[in-house]
Amino acid sequence: MQVETLGTFGIIFGVLARFWPVWIALAVILFFSLRFRERIGLYGQLFETGVGVAGVLICFFWLFTALFAATVAPFDPLAQFPIMKNVLPGAIEPESGQAFLFGGDRLARDVFSRMVYGSQIVLIIAPAATLFALMVGTTLGLPAGYYGGRIDSFLSFLANLVLAFPVILLFYLLVTPGIRETPIPQWMAGVFFIFPIVFFVTLFWTRYRSRPQLLAIQLAVTLLVGGWAYLGLVFDADPLGIISISSNQLNIFVAVVFASSPGVFRIVRGLVMDIKTRDYVAAAQTRGETPWYIMLWEVLPNARGPLIVDVCLRIGYTTILLGTLGYFGLGLAPESPDWGTGIKESSRLLRAYVHPALPPVFALMSFVLGLNLLADALREQSLKD
Amino acid sequence: MASPRFSYCDEPAEPYYGGILQGDFGCSTKFKVPVAEKLFPALGATGILMFWVMVVMVPVALLIGVLAGMREGTRTDRTLSVASIATTATPEYVSGVIFAVIFASWLGWLNGSAATATRQGISFYNFTLPVMTMAIYGIGYIARMTRASMVEVMTQQYIRTARLKGLGFRAVVIKHALRNALIAPFTVIMLQFPWLLTGVVIVEVMFRYQGFGFTLVEAASNNDIDLLLGCSLVSVFVVLSTQLISDVGYAYLNPRIRVQ
Repeated sequence: MQVETLGTFGIIFGVLARFWPVWIALAVILFFSLRFRERIGLYGQLFETGVGVAGVLICFFWLFTALFAATVAPFDPLAQFPIMKNVLPGAIEPESGQAFLFGGDRLARDVFSRMVYGSQIVLIIAPAATLFALMVGTTLGLPAGYYGGRIDSFLSFLANLVLAFPVILLFYLLVTPGIRETPIPQWMAGVFFIFPIVFFVTLFWTRYRSRPQLLAIQLAVTLLVGGWAYLGLVFDADPLGIISISSNQLNIFVAVVFASSPGVFRIVRGLVMDIKTRDYVAAAQTRGETPWYIMLWEVLPNARGPLIVDVCLRIGYTTILLGTLGYFGLGLAPESPDWGTGIKESSRLLRAYVHPALPPVFALMSFVLGLNLLADALREQSLKD
Repeated sequence: MASPRFSYCDEPAEPYYGGILQGDFGCSTKFKVPVAEKLFPALGATGILMFWVMVVMVPVALLIGVLAGMREGTRTDRTLSVASIATTATPEYVSGVIFAVIFASWLGWLNGSAATATRQGISFYNFTLPVMTMAIYGIGYIARMTRASMVEVMTQQYIRTARLKGLGFRAVVIKHALRNALIAPFTVIMLQFPWLLTGVVIVEVMFRYQGFGFTLVEAASNNDIDLLLGCSLVSVFVVLSTQLISDVGYAYLNPRIRVQ
């Protein structure tokens, strides 16, 4: 049976029209950013260079696409329409009258909708895993750099051990069914997810120890929110049933955090060793501040510049790692719409059909490129001061 | 000797410790041969791939980095920098698909599969895509490192001295700046190995080249424990020895660094 198709212009206008909520949101953000450019610090300075504007726009584009995925995508990412199997871009689905803008894949699903929904998965896991890696790396890197000596040797040894191991082997080991059946991933999740709680408790404790009333509130909030998320994420036992994560996703999450936290550790350690020699640290030591106060409230804020740049780069790197996992079919479900899985599915049939491969490929590339450009612009701006 | 564990290789049924140093890694259940018989030819095949990747990647990356860092802030610098950022944003499974679409599906110039390379030997037709795919991802990173190091060297006093004594710009760059600017990229190149290994796995699976990465994936997905252990051991050994070489080489190239 023949299906009607749109022409090239029809496809281009169709795609542009589908993204309408994203364009509106981008326009609003751009308007306010340019309006209040002087008042918003480093973020405002990004708009001075072409590279910075491009980076910000690409990152926001994918952020809004993920937020408005339900509106942007015409179809359900898992819905199959048998008649649309491997159709070329622009084919119109007879029942709903909507076009398969980027064609259909091997299992007759809409490639465009899958790309849009894929952004949700990538934009949740990659930044979240990067933040956890940042917490773990920072909490371990601060004492290693500050105290030096035996703690440093021990922690650096651990970090080098993980770094020397090829990432791909690590993933295969962590995500193979044999390991998945053991409680190892859950233990690792338990260890990694405790770090943010420890971090915030120490953060408030060192600063507000002399003001018990304020401290009590802060600690209560931290422990309540942290403990709630911890129960939900690690034991899947959230009393309210809001926070839960499937064991597959937990595995990927743990694998990615495990692979990227040694990198953060090394950077934080290096920064601390440099900043430790500054006068204000000596002043704080003379005042009799505790070491953890100095680390968290004197050293860490002064290391923020390089760390922000690193986080931008690292989110991109994590996206690539997620794609690698998807490409090898590790962890994520085979029908999941994320970009790596999409590339795996379509690259096998490249000789016959090219069109299902290109959307996830360009999506992943543009998102990582946007983050890299953003990091580059940030670095340039922070070097200027 | 007791009866063998498998019919295709003479391993005793009783597990025992030993044999690793003699190259006896046990039995591959997937390929039905001793591990060594499968692993070392695969390593050789990957070695050929790596060699060509290095031959393409290193000179191109160094050239881009030096050209960009030579005159900081010019249009050449900006263009090359954005280009190298773009290549670091395209992992192998992305650029592999793009190149295969362009050169194999549309233009038909190159073969989208390197499976023939194992039997018939490598040729430009079947080997360009894997090499190109792997090289592109590494080029950006090494070029950026080279650029940063070149920019730093160009602001040094001895470069100004060389300029002031009347040497041409080209002579200054080639004779004075290059040698010092290339120390940092050397370590970066050596430290790329763990990361190239991921690339090898992706590229070999994508283009069906029967090398180390392909063997690793086959072993992992078929629960071939002996082969997987052999692969892990070899890869960790390779990574550690390259890091040792990079540390030693760095101290050799840069005499200011001394181990206390």
